[in-house]
Amino acid sequence: MDSPFGLLAELTYRCPLSCAYCSNPVNLGDYHDELTTAQWQRVLIEAQELGVLQLHLSGGEPLLRRDLVDLVTSARYLGLYTNLITSAVGLSRRRAEQLRAAGLDHVQISIQADEATLSDGIAGTPSYAGKIEAARLVKELGWPLTLNVVLHRRNMDRVAAVLDLAEELAADHLELANTQYYGWAWRNRDALLPSRAQLDRAEAVVRAARKRLKGRMDIVYVLPDYYSQYPKPCMGGWGKRQLTVTPNGDVLPCPAAHALPLPRASVHEDSLARIWARSPLFQSFRGTDWMPEPCRSCERREIDFGGCRCQAFQLTGDASRTDPVCHLSPDHGIVAERVRAANEENRLGDGVLVPRPHRGRPGRR
Amino acid sequence: MPSVKPTRSDRRAADRRRTATTSSSRPKLTSHVRLRFDAAREQHVLLGPESVMVLNPTGADILSLCDGRHTVAEIVATLQDRYDGVVDDEVRRFLDRLATKRCLEMSDG
Ligand SMILES: C[S@@+](CC[C@H](N)C(=O)[O-])C[C@H]1O[C@@H](n2cnc3c(N)ncnc32)[C@H](O)[C@@H]1O
Ligand code: SF4
Ligand code: SF4
Repeated sequence: MDSPFGLLAELTYRCPLSCAYCSNPVNLGDYHDELTTAQWQRVLIEAQELGVLQLHLSGGEPLLRRDLVDLVTSARYLGLYTNLITSAVGLSRRRAEQLRAAGLDHVQISIQADEATLSDGIAGTPSYAGKIEAARLVKELGWPLTLNVVLHRRNMDRVAAVLDLAEELAADHLELANTQYYGWAWRNRDALLPSRAQLDRAEAVVRAARKRLKGRMDIVYVLPDYYSQYPKPCMGGWGKRQLTVTPNGDVLPCPAAHALPLPRASVHEDSLARIWARSPLFQSFRGTDWMPEPCRSCERREIDFGGCRCQAFQLTGDASRTDPVCHLSPDHGIVAERVRAANEENRLGDGVLVPRPHRGRPGRR
Repeated sequence: MPSVKPTRSDRRAADRRRTATTSSSRPKLTSHVRLRFDAAREQHVLLGPESVMVLNPTGADILSLCDGRHTVAEIVATLQDRYDGVVDDEVRRFLDRLATKRCLEMSDG
């Protein structure tokens, strides 16, 4: 069995924003009982012992945790590479300087669009101006800058302007991530799913920009799997390279896996090492033995691992089926139907987006 | 409300960075990647925000020479001293790939 390279620590699901594309679970109320600082520190030690080299601090909004600087300090003491994934709301100069001094290696800031009105509209709160300021601060303090923009029907046509903005800000990395339909995004799927024409235009723009900016800006374009022939190789394989710990201490092979009908694994009850090696949650879909046809005899089974288990469960009710986004899946019609609807000529408007709640009830810390 | 328009000087700084890998360029690991030995796996790893690259001994040797002082030609020569069958082109492609990913920066000879 491989040991994991990365730990995604979802410190809290509380968030001052309310993006309708948010992949956080819809039952936010189940996560109010957050791990304490000491409990997180134990998780970090256990993760390092298990082979983890890289820590992603995310959420919700990780900056809402008052112990964020302490956790970065602990992680750096353990030699972990530390990456903060943030909306930048709450990234004041003071906080940024403290994080820099604590040894935080990298900051990734998400923006919702290239200009204030649309960005603030999608975020559900005025935040664009602060994000741009924070992005400049990140560079000023000597960090590289990664910008992340989640793409969907409402902002897909702005990709060229997003690229210009990233260039103006001298971003080192730009992640253009097509929406993945989990959590709130699943609930809002029909209003978020772009049309094929939108995607084709965006992809042409990205291709040209890649060429133009080669060596200056690294552009990652995450393909929309509903429009792909094959599924994404989810998490680089189930229980193979990464693990996630949620705000209340649940341990998951990927952040969407809380939805699967498998027994929970929690840091309150067991060590990370035992959960990684033995829990049904991690064991169920490791390797290729669990695969049904057509994956079992497919030559791509070690390339995409049969796609995403959470998406298979969501779309078919059975987590062990071939990911329906694969054109070879017997369930592919489910995806094809949503795509057809997104491309209907006489579609009425773009549908209504349900924002995720700003914050759940305030947590304990 | 503070101005939200980014300044042009950032872009000029970016323009000054060289991109093409030539024999006289001096590659340097960028500030956000870390090269270290992983005791658990007994291999060198290059850590970045989105990636962990497990390196073979040749790869680790190449990157430990990417300090902004050695030229590509010097790095190739050193590697050829240490190992049999090191191909100039392969080293260059390796460096090029990492430069595209912004793990390396090239400065002029
Ligand atoms: C859940 S957020 C938490 C961190 C922080 N609140 C933020 O939004 O940047 C983690 C990352 O996932 C991205 N993200 C959120 N929902 C997504 C979705 N449905 N599909 C793809 N990426 C998503 C965000 O843009 C962010 O980069
Ligand atoms: S609502 Fe937006 S900012 Fe908040 S966690 Fe979700 S994606 Fe991040
Ligand atoms: S059949 Fe399975 S393994 Fe083959 S491409 Fe589709 S999802 Fe991947």
